[in-house]
Amino acid sequence: MATSSVSKGCFVFKPNCKKRRISVPVENYFNKGGNASEDSKLRFETYQLIWQQMKSETERLQDELNKNLFDNLIDFLCKSYCGVQKNSRDLGCQIKLREIPTAALILGVNVTDHDLTLRSLIEALRDNVTPYVVSLQAKDGPDMKHFLQKLFSQLVDCYTVVKSKEKESVQVTQKKTYCSMDSLCSWYKTVTQKRDPEMPRKKRTATSQWQYPPVVLVLKDMESFTTRVLQDFIVISSQHLHEFPLILIFGIATSPIIIHRLLPHAVSSLLCIELFQSLSCKEHLTTVLDKLLLTTQFPFKISEKVLQVLTNIFLYHDFSIQNFIKGLQLSLLEHFFSQPLSVLCCNLPEAKRRIHFLSVNQCENIRRLPSFRRYVDNQASEKQVALLTNERFLKIRELYCMCLEKNIWDSEEYASALQLLRMLAKDELMTILQNCINIFKSSEKYLGSTAKRIEEFLAQFQSLDADAREEEDASGSEPRGLQKTDLYHLQKSLLEMKELRTRSKKQSKFEILREKVVNFIDCLVREYLPPPETQPLHEALYFSAAQTLREHLNAAPRIALHTALNNPYYYLKNEALKSEEGCIPNTAPDICIAYKLHLECGRLINLVDWSEAFATVVTAAEKMDANSTISEEMNEIIHARFIRAVSELELLGFIKPTKRKTDHVARLTWGGC
Amino acid sequence: MASKLEIKEDKMLEVQFVGDDDVLNHILDREGGAKLKKERAQLLVNTKKIIKKPEYDFDLEEDDQEVLKDRNYVEVLGRDIQESLKNGSATDGESKVYSFQNRKHSEKMAKLASELAKTPRKSDSVSLKNDPEIMINIPQSSKEHSASDRVELKNEKSELQSITPCSLRKRLIVSRSHSDSESEYSASNSEDGEGIAQEYEEDTSTVVLSQKMDTQNRVVSAPDCKETPSKKIKRDKRSKLVEEYFEAHSSSKVLTSDRTLQKLRRAKLDQQTLHNLLSTVSPSFSSELKQLNQQYEKLFHKWMLQLRLGFNIVLYGLGSKRDLLERFRTSMLQDSTHVVINGFFPGISVKSVLNSITEEVLDYMGTFQSVLDQLEWIINKFKEDSSLELFLLIHNLDSQMLRGDKSQQIIGQLSSLHNIYLIASIDHLNAPLMWDHAKQSLYNWLWYETTTYSPYTEETSYENSLLVKQSGSLPLSSLTHVLRSLTPNARGIFRLLLKYQLDNQDNPSYIGLSFQDFYQQCREAFLVNSDLTLRAQLTEFRDHKLIRTKKGTDGVEYLSIPVDNKTLTDFLEKEEEEEA
Repeated sequence: MATSSVSKGCFVFKPNCKKRRISVPVENYFNKGGNASEDSKLRFETYQLIWQQMKSETERLQDELNKNLFDNLIDFLCKSYCGVQKNSRDLGCQIKLREIPTAALILGVNVTDHDLTLRSLIEALRDNVTPYVVSLQAKDGPDMKHFLQKLFSQLVDCYTVVKSKEKESVQVTQKKTYCSMDSLCSWYKTVTQKRDPEMPRKKRTATSQWQYPPVVLVLKDMESFTTRVLQDFIVISSQHLHEFPLILIFGIATSPIIIHRLLPHAVSSLLCIELFQSLSCKEHLTTVLDKLLLTTQFPFKISEKVLQVLTNIFLYHDFSIQNFIKGLQLSLLEHFFSQPLSVLCCNLPEAKRRIHFLSVNQCENIRRLPSFRRYVDNQASEKQVALLTNERFLKIRELYCMCLEKNIWDSEEYASALQLLRMLAKDELMTILQNCINIFKSSEKYLGSTAKRIEEFLAQFQSLDADAREEEDASGSEPRGLQKTDLYHLQKSLLEMKELRTRSKKQSKFEILREKVVNFIDCLVREYLPPPETQPLHEALYFSAAQTLREHLNAAPRIALHTALNNPYYYLKNEALKSEEGCIPNTAPDICIAYKLHLECGRLINLVDWSEAFATVVTAAEKMDANSTISEEMNEIIHARFIRAVSELELLGFIKPTKRKTDHVARLTWGGC
Repeated sequence: MASKLEIKEDKMLEVQFVGDDDVLNHILDREGGAKLKKERAQLLVNTKKIIKKPEYDFDLEEDDQEVLKDRNYVEVLGRDIQESLKNGSATDGESKVYSFQNRKHSEKMAKLASELAKTPRKSDSVSLKNDPEIMINIPQSSKEHSASDRVELKNEKSELQSITPCSLRKRLIVSRSHSDSESEYSASNSEDGEGIAQEYEEDTSTVVLSQKMDTQNRVVSAPDCKETPSKKIKRDKRSKLVEEYFEAHSSSKVLTSDRTLQKLRRAKLDQQTLHNLLSTVSPSFSSELKQLNQQYEKLFHKWMLQLRLGFNIVLYGLGSKRDLLERFRTSMLQDSTHVVINGFFPGISVKSVLNSITEEVLDYMGTFQSVLDQLEWIINKFKEDSSLELFLLIHNLDSQMLRGDKSQQIIGQLSSLHNIYLIASIDHLNAPLMWDHAKQSLYNWLWYETTTYSPYTEETSYENSLLVKQSGSLPLSSLTHVLRSLTPNARGIFRLLLKYQLDNQDNPSYIGLSFQDFYQQCREAFLVNSDLTLRAQLTEFRDHKLIRTKKGTDGVEYLSIPVDNKTLTDFLEKEEEEEA
């Protein structure tokens, strides 16, 4: 093999120079793998298009959601800094000067998403507050020296970026020199003074509104910084605050208490801390779901199970929006890769156009779809024939499916929603109804009449309101657009239910009317919101391979290993390996036998015993009657096989050599030592 | 209550924090409690509710639902059995993977072995295994048959039975019928292999016996015990888990036999003989294995596509994935720059990986201050020039040398570049623990299960395997070569140290020869005339890694040769031979 050697472990392969520049376009792999058909190119393009749209949409959402937070933060920075500037000459404010303005930014536990948020924050700060924005990570500052060095070099970088716009600056070669707070201050002084006369006043933009722009230091993962370094830095820089205007931003993943745990009172009193809370990731997810999946903007939909897998990964593993988006991307890719009909997964007019060009093959594909078959089965018999033979007919059905999409919201939580409705107080009900009207009106075409009926109900409520004065105590969270919110946010609805349970007021007239409304809505939902799986041709738009998704995103290598060792028949479909649970036949692969035997042992395993047990099993498999003498050579081979199995188990991490007893190995799994 | 009042006043809509317990209680009340209360411990009751979809079931889904209702935390997240016929992760996993080990007795393995030895004749053993009645009948019958001091053991075993019924059931039969010979066996097992043979003989007879018993039992016992509710067992299991854990860890006494390999005739094999012996063995199930491999090869195009779209791929599952990746390399990567990294190679390091990227891929001959500098340089290079593309193939990303936090961080950062594509394999049981969330998001993995059952030939060949004799031929030859190039005096100096070390080989507190003593000895042998010459000589040895110096507790330098004594003896013999 070209890649094995006893002297090196890395092998570089370069293609010939001629070939080098011709790299294979990505879509070739799309075409070759899996379902190759005439429209795979189109499918891949559609995938690219939709993914790009979704991606930019999520980015836009992200910006939008963060905007408020950033605005507040920038506001705070400006204000606190202005305060310092104004009073800087005032002796009475010297004490205040000692306090470093600090923004504690609580970002939530989804650490992986922090980077993105902080990056856009830094950009926003650079644009709006000061060019000197520096971000440090815990690993940058194991001690004070490195911390300052890193800070300094990054500041210089910021500076050169600013300068390079004006003219080529002298390279600062102070990188390796030891830097202290003093050198930082003097650097700051020279920079601000140098820059002042050079720039005419009129040229100044918002970025440099002050003569002495503050230096903003972002500490990305505040929790993991060495406390010593943090404390020292804060104490020292508070001494220099009048010549080096510093503002701190702490990125916090846990809770604000951590500041006080990391910093003693003497240090934390030097900070003027203000808390900022970023949007909780659950709300973030809600918005993402709303804007990506529960709209008509994107034709691609995921089935209830896939959604469940994705939300479970989110809720129980990482709270990471990025990972959620990754999951979406993967499902999108899988959908277009494996489902030939996904070619129709595009916006309505385009789909119409494509339907006209459907080939015979593609129509055949449609006929094979289980949902279509079911649909056909339910039709009258003469219609069946027509459906199966007439292609034009087929295409019409396609459109019908498209139209229906608009009203399909997964409604598996329907029952609880209804229950909830029955419990609602009047004022809430009215707001909900009002909301419903708005929603329905927006889709006038289909549901215009229902909107009217709801309006009638609303009027009745209002008249009711005149004579009965209901207590409107304790209002829960706002269930606006009920169908939308509680579909996927069970927890939210649970909270609401909790709230509602506390009340059990008797309301006679109102209750009757409410019952009426609820029943009406019930009918409505039943009529218009059937689960998508019951619709013919849902496969074109809905991605439902939850299992594949889970396999690739949330794999369980330990269990796979266990299965492979414990039940080889699962992979090797050989009748000889078939056995019931817990046993394996002696013909199984060596490693399985060795594994099985080692399961019988405690923390230590005697190699001799193990080897003999192994030999017993293997000889029995080799020869039917065990009494006949076995040749020495045979023995050797069996021993060699045993050695191989044992060293493989060692590689897999089940055992390790031990010195506690000669010729013993230690078990490492399940409570072993 | 206070919060309630507030709300009343300002009518603000407000989400209040509610603890998990409250939510649970709440649900339980609403749902009429009893049904769900059983599984209170699991937070996931609400997930279960999501899954429940009452009105419109259609044929395909029904089974899943049933299954899903029963599942607990792990499985709701993880997998459901019905769907996952393709993936091994789903089968009998839960019953055993997460249980603690029980205290086992040394002879159990031998028993299981003899049991397994008999299994292939399935037809006759099936009846024996499938009978749940035996479960109940054993305790009594064992009392009849065995001495009183065994009873306790039996009871313990029958307790265990309810935990993992299937696997133990059969074993019990055997062990029960064994009880008479057991004491004899445990006495013998410290001596020789005789015990095994004896036991083995008996085994054959006892199976017949137990079969007879079995038929009797079947007549006697009532059939109703067949339906043991699985749920109940599950709960039992959970409560016992803790006890079992402490049981397993309570005694520090090692309950294994004292036999050693030395008493066995079979000596340790060296790598070469091992390899030769194994090559004579023809692999079984080759057609099935081939089928498996073909299945994976179909995924190559998909992998390429996903790599190019920004994912990285990690392969897991039993068996060496080296050949598979090699085939992937030869079939898909011929026209692109790629680096193959053998993680199992003992001398591999992140530094060497980065070096081969900078030097061979990017043709840069400069040096770097640190690994991080180098990484930064590579990252910048790849970011600047988007036409650059690089595939990284890493066999055993979880190997000893690469599993460190820093290494993983660096490889992760490389792989997060959009024009570096990483495909790697992992084998170790706990490999996924290498990655925290931050690293995982760097890697952006897509997991693929590729169970191949291929032997880890290459991967284990470097390892100091347990039973493989280290031939020591490599250090020996290098010793001779280096020493031959030295002056006679230098050789003499080395031999002095060598002999001293061999003389002291039985002294456990020996840490080396102190410099002063060494100098004295050398002077006496007329090998050096000043300690400077000796120091110069020692520096040369050190450069060749022939000696090692260590500071003792008293601050004195101690010298030793970092080669095992056997090799040294061999070397000395050889030298003397040559001189003679």
